[in-house]
Amino acid sequence: MSNAFLEVSNGEAIAREKIVHLPFNAFQENALSIVKQGGKVVQYFGYKDQASIKLMAVLRTDKLLVATCDAPESYPSFTQICEPFHLFEREIAEQFGIRPEGHPWLKMVRYHPNYRDLPDVFGNDYTKDIPGNYAYYQVDGDEIHEVAVGPVHAGVIEPGHFRFNCIGERVLHLEIQLGYQHRAVENLLQGVQAKRLPILAENIAGDTTIGHGLCMAQAVEALTGVQPDNGAQVIRTIALELERLANHIGDLGALSGDVAFLPPANYFGRIRGDFLNLALLLCGNRFGKGLVRPGGVRFPLSDDIRKTLDERIKELKPQVEHVLELLFSASTVRTRFEDCGTVSTHDADRLGLVGPAGRASGLPYDARRCFPAEAYGRIEIPENKKTSGDVYARAKVRYDEVLQSIHIIQSLIWAPIETECVETGSFDLSPSSFVVTVNEAWRGEVSHVMVTDETGAILRYKVKDPSFHNWNGLSMALRDTGISDFPLNNKSFNLSYCGFDL
Amino acid sequence: MIDSIILWFLAILTAPFFSAMILKVKAFFGGKKGPPLMINYYTLIKLFKKGSVYSTSTTVIFKLGPIISLGSAITVLMFLPIAGYPPIFSFNGDIIFVLYVMGLGRFFTIAAAMDTASPFEGMGAAREAYFPIICEATMFMILIFFYRLTGHLQLSAYFTGESPLALWNLAGAPLLFIVMAFFIILLTENSRVPVDDPATHLELTMIHEVMVLDHSGPDLALIELGSFCKLFFYSTLISRLILPFGSSVPGGTFVVYIAGLALVYLIVGIIESVIARYRMDKVPQFVLTSFALAFFATIITLEFIK
Repeated sequence: MSNAFLEVSNGEAIAREKIVHLPFNAFQENALSIVKQGGKVVQYFGYKDQASIKLMAVLRTDKLLVATCDAPESYPSFTQICEPFHLFEREIAEQFGIRPEGHPWLKMVRYHPNYRDLPDVFGNDYTKDIPGNYAYYQVDGDEIHEVAVGPVHAGVIEPGHFRFNCIGERVLHLEIQLGYQHRAVENLLQGVQAKRLPILAENIAGDTTIGHGLCMAQAVEALTGVQPDNGAQVIRTIALELERLANHIGDLGALSGDVAFLPPANYFGRIRGDFLNLALLLCGNRFGKGLVRPGGVRFPLSDDIRKTLDERIKELKPQVEHVLELLFSASTVRTRFEDCGTVSTHDADRLGLVGPAGRASGLPYDARRCFPAEAYGRIEIPENKKTSGDVYARAKVRYDEVLQSIHIIQSLIWAPIETECVETGSFDLSPSSFVVTVNEAWRGEVSHVMVTDETGAILRYKVKDPSFHNWNGLSMALRDTGISDFPLNNKSFNLSYCGFDL
Repeated sequence: MIDSIILWFLAILTAPFFSAMILKVKAFFGGKKGPPLMINYYTLIKLFKKGSVYSTSTTVIFKLGPIISLGSAITVLMFLPIAGYPPIFSFNGDIIFVLYVMGLGRFFTIAAAMDTASPFEGMGAAREAYFPIICEATMFMILIFFYRLTGHLQLSAYFTGESPLALWNLAGAPLLFIVMAFFIILLTENSRVPVDDPATHLELTMIHEVMVLDHSGPDLALIELGSFCKLFFYSTLISRLILPFGSSVPGGTFVVYIAGLALVYLIVGIIESVIARYRMDKVPQFVLTSFALAFFATIITLEFIK
């Protein structure tokens, strides 16, 4: 089928006049028809171009497609027809006061006044305190009880409010309200000095430092026309895989801890630290901060370090395999994981889940395979989807990816890696351009969009963390599940609060 | 009598120590050093030094909860034949009294939890009220079993001196079932894995822990001490059943008893290390197993022991 959207590649700079500017009706028709036929939303946002407000959508099928239109003040909500637009429309309504009429659940996302000083779409008074000032979805009935959890939790975790409607121990509906960590990251990124851009990007979500860092670096590289050398690409790939390893292993350990099966929880807790220490070896920071910079990396991978890395991974691999075996062969663990918090492929597809959560529900999408950047074009990434969509599937996806990532790193570090180190300096972005970058971080698809104005200043910096897609998956998983299994399900998704709150 | 009182004191004093053994075993299986064996004393001292914080929505019931739950636990210990010595108090039918004194303790813990009006605590209270109902059925089945064998409704008739050994001689095979049933009750009543997870910080999955979330300082210390005593009570019963031997050497019986006690705590620790917790809706099935075991044991005795 032909459509009016423009095909673009991941990390390719496009002059803005080349992007198709459609009348709103055509924009809506095309966007909906792409998503109805299995396309997904990568980005959908508003931005201010001179005096007017425009909407831009980046969709993906097996390609990335982009188009813009002039924003109307209100329009019939896309979400009514295609659910993947759900949160994006709420976000646009919050940021630019554009009302999607008939949106099934029009609520604020991050609780801040819009950027245009228009009357608030949600009728909020932002001088009042945040917590609890919203209407929640309610279930009526004599035996229904509501449980409110958070935003302050019993552990040292990020704030988020969970509202359960239960009948006895069974959850009928879970509503998740976030936004407590809103720092206006996108606005900060737009106005910041060039040399501070990487530092901000790395801190969007601390556990996805490399993922967000890469998206930012690739976007800047596209708009400055700089190409990182081969060695830098390999080092970045290794860093991204190390990040995936540390987090997946940490998650598996935490899953084990949540069902009170202690040995793997303890071992994985330690092994996660070992992998974080490998990142330390690479760049001096356990989370990989300060490694990725536009144009390359700040630290070379000398032969000494490369060999140590290789040895440590050789040493860790059998340990990881052993503990994975211990966790997955325990029958009591299997009974807890299986059939717990199932998200069907149909639901996952309609919600547009990404990353391990999506793959566990039968959506094979992996940005490393579909839109390869860095060294991924040269690496075979096998399709890793599961069909059951339960906690077990989400754990098993991580199991497979842990072994894959170890394999990827080993296949990259056997040969010497040479790179010219870069330092952060100032750079000039090409004016009136657009770039979208997509990377598969450990939680799934991270994407940044950069739009520049005529002077080369950043007009709009849009960030999307995979959690933005997946939080609704967690709500869906909890339907008809025991409330006591919430922590287990929550951990099996392990989504980011600050990545969502921006 | 003096012996019995000294033993009662010792029981309360050493109960925290034995509970710490479980932590050590779990740490061992997890490849860690674990906390020191005296950790529970340090915790208790720390808690007693603190002040208590009370929510403005609570009433006097909330303050009564910890006192009565500890009170019931130490009262129950007065009826317990420790190391084969006769208990401080004993009368015909005392076991029923003991069961309901423990019930009283639980009632007040639940009432205190409900008093906070927190949705978590209400949930925990519902669970805590549900599982012991099944335990109670098992306990009475066990009681029928013991009554069939001894003709007494008295803890001292089953657990003092040589009586456990006599029970084994009388009905060894069914008693094996009873020991297992007792063990399941121990795990359930004391909120251990696989029924509950005493180590979790996740309110939504807790049973016992969630009910005491709002208690702090000395109140929490009382609750903790009470639960150590409760675990000690059940462990003593099982200890006497699994190592029923006496010894003519002075203090020999005592050593055997301590060994049995240590064994019980060790097994609890091993169970917590090697299996995951059951899903909440599967827990009743697990607890009901104890009833089935006790029921079969009783049926067998009805047939064979005339």
